[in-house]
Amino acid sequence: MQFDQILQYVLSGLSTGAIYALIGIGFSIIYNATGIINFAQGEFVMLGGLLTLSCLELLKLPLWAAIPCAIAVSTVVGILFERLAIRPLKQPTPINLVIITIGGSILIRGLAMLVWGKDTHAIPPFSGDTPIAIGGATILPQHLWILAITLLIIVINKVYFYHTISGKAMRACSYNRRAAGLVGIDVRRMVLFSFIISSAMGAVAGIIVAPLTMTAYDVGVMLGLKGFCAAIIGGMSSGISTVIGGLILGVLESLGAGLISSGYKDAIAFIILLLILFIRPQGLFGKADSERV
Amino acid sequence: MKKDLLLFTVFSIFIMLAPQLFSGGYLMNVLVFVGINTMLAIALNLLLGYAGQISLGHAGFFGLGAYLSGILTTTYSLNPWIAMPAAAIAVGFLAGIIGFPILKLKGHYLAMATLGLGIIIFIVFNETIELTGGPSGLPGIPNLELAGIIFDSDVKNYYLIWGFTLAVMLFSLNLSNSRIGRSLRAIHDSEVAAQVLGVNARLLKVQIFALSAVISSLAGSLYAHTMTFVSPASFGFNFSIELLTMVVIGGLGSIYGSFLGATLLTLLPEFLRAAHDYDIIIYGGLLMLMVMYMPGGLVRGIPVLFRKIVKKKGES
Amino acid sequence: MLEVSAITQIFGGVTALDSVSFSIKKGDITGVIGPNGAGKTTLFNIISGIYQQSAGTVLLEGKDVTGLPPEKLARLAMVRTFQNIELFGAMTVLENVMVGMHTKSSSGLLACALKMPWTISEERRIRNGAIKWLEFTGIIDLADHTAGSLPFGKGRLLEIARALAVEPRIILMDEPAAGLNSQETLGLAQLIKRIRDLGITVVLVEHDMELVMDICDRIVVLNLGKKLMEGTPREIQESPEVIAAYLGDDD
Repeated sequence: MQFDQILQYVLSGLSTGAIYALIGIGFSIIYNATGIINFAQGEFVMLGGLLTLSCLELLKLPLWAAIPCAIAVSTVVGILFERLAIRPLKQPTPINLVIITIGGSILIRGLAMLVWGKDTHAIPPFSGDTPIAIGGATILPQHLWILAITLLIIVINKVYFYHTISGKAMRACSYNRRAAGLVGIDVRRMVLFSFIISSAMGAVAGIIVAPLTMTAYDVGVMLGLKGFCAAIIGGMSSGISTVIGGLILGVLESLGAGLISSGYKDAIAFIILLLILFIRPQGLFGKADSERV
Repeated sequence: MKKDLLLFTVFSIFIMLAPQLFSGGYLMNVLVFVGINTMLAIALNLLLGYAGQISLGHAGFFGLGAYLSGILTTTYSLNPWIAMPAAAIAVGFLAGIIGFPILKLKGHYLAMATLGLGIIIFIVFNETIELTGGPSGLPGIPNLELAGIIFDSDVKNYYLIWGFTLAVMLFSLNLSNSRIGRSLRAIHDSEVAAQVLGVNARLLKVQIFALSAVISSLAGSLYAHTMTFVSPASFGFNFSIELLTMVVIGGLGSIYGSFLGATLLTLLPEFLRAAHDYDIIIYGGLLMLMVMYMPGGLVRGIPVLFRKIVKKKGES
Repeated sequence: MLEVSAITQIFGGVTALDSVSFSIKKGDITGVIGPNGAGKTTLFNIISGIYQQSAGTVLLEGKDVTGLPPEKLARLAMVRTFQNIELFGAMTVLENVMVGMHTKSSSGLLACALKMPWTISEERRIRNGAIKWLEFTGIIDLADHTAGSLPFGKGRLLEIARALAVEPRIILMDEPAAGLNSQETLGLAQLIKRIRDLGITVVLVEHDMELVMDICDRIVVLNLGKKLMEGTPREIQESPEVIAAYLGDDD
């Protein structure tokens, strides 16, 4: 096995890992604000990709306009989801929340199938597809876009959570929802915010990955689950731990697919997921905190 | 107690007479599936409705039963009547082992872990091609045979499947009205209080998880021997969700509710032939509506609705 | 009966309990009191096996039960109730108490599902036992109601009936009078005395001083995670240290 080949696997693993990280942070943000694991998170990833496609092909928008448009529409879906499904729930027990977000997830997926059909669709890469050589390996410009945009979003996130009032309020909610409410933070608004941010981030992930992997109405399932896996490795943090979790997962998956068997590629994420949940449910980097489970 | 037995007897008679009422080959075939799905819904309901532990991977146990039966009777030419319990024991054993770590998790985490487990099993079906035939499936599984009768027609299969389904129903009804059933419901409402009263919650959860897997496996074996062909597509994540929908629609913690949910969800696509591809929209919508407006399921929601309507009529 | 020695509990750097020791005599009603944040409930959670303490041991009838889970303690005849009554809300009142008979019955999962002959007679025994405890606590007329629909006071009685069904030799009650009106509190005092008269040792955490002083044989006072003193109700009432702790003296 040559070094070049391994480098190649690692490089492409890092860019898929970045996608998982973005999706995983989306999971974490909602979880920290509400205690909900949003099973519909992956559907926003799907929506991002397919809405961009529609903006490009139907509305004939240029790419730079299509992307924000797709993000905006996905975010609106996220708001509707929170308003129509989560907020009216009278008995928000974990099981009811699991069922309702699963219901929402397959409803969105089904509607997407109505709109876009069952075919897979391609989105053009942001800046051509001339491979770039790095060492003995090559990567596509889209890989660089993915890494750069992920980095940008993580920075924006950091600034939001640590340097704005509403970001600090969100963090307060994640530490203690009741106490946050008592000091005057509008917890319900923070819940809505968390859905807005998560659906937007999911959409971005879906848009930047679509040129590489194609997209279809049902890509949300796997991408969502792997994003969740990244978040679990990162201990449901909405920061750097989940990013590292995503990158680890992406690289392991890519190496596993290349060196062991491509058929079991998807199984790797789930085996990691189960192992982490069984052995270190607080995540790889977290301290023991049994409240999380 | 007496009333329960009477209800079950009437129900069984109705089931046994049904083929006389609904003659016509195609419907019989659908009713065979209603039986299999009822068994599966009850299995999941024992776990979700009674013990309050969610599983999004039950299609995996169903599939394991089907494949083990299929492989043992084709590749290893075992008698189906031996293969079926062998598969069930193996699946129960597996669920028992996995049950200990997995049931330590709660709520959302348990949901994700069981989902992951289901998908891993699904991937194994697809990838172990020498064993399972991979995505193209495993053909040539023999029918069951008893006292010279080969169960190869829809009517015969109806009686075969429903015989098992009724047995599973009676078994589950007994369980729910017993010491163990009460302790399971207690865990559902307050795990810590149940433990304080001496209920070994962890062990009991694992036991019911294993039992649920065994029933699912049995349903899988019966499916394999009536269909004579299995392929991974029947045992994916979507089917786990379909089972969840059946249980939620029918009513969590109600055995007859599971029958109702399984019947509705099995018949629905048949009536919506034209919109066949879009049944997931209906599942999704139903799941959300039920949780929001009828969290007790049809079995409890319909009587309430009925009373409301009667009351309104009385007022006007 | 119960011997607690050098129990220390540290939550993320905060010492909730600091080397607390005391022993409880068989047949006594013992009160554990102290201002808010004294560590009373934490202590109960440790003794009843819900929390794992950082250090210290618990002896039950001379047997080391440190770190045993609650279900094992129930089999050793120790049971507890909760401050915010933990009922099985979807089950009937009778069924709630029947769950309390869990350790006094043994049919397994398969035997129950197959309705083996012996499970039927056992079921009858469980039902009769449960009825007995509902009569004892005076809520037999509510037997078929859903537990979740009970008013708080009745729910408290149900929780006690359910705990008694375990046939404990020692019962821990976490603030049994919380949320009760004065009428109900009087009834509770009588009930606790009747429980003691059955030969059951009672330990209670309680804020209602009148109740504590009325029914307790001995009292343990905790303050800021430490044992301040223990003694008879009279000794406690007269102790300047206890009064200072309650009034927030910080000299």
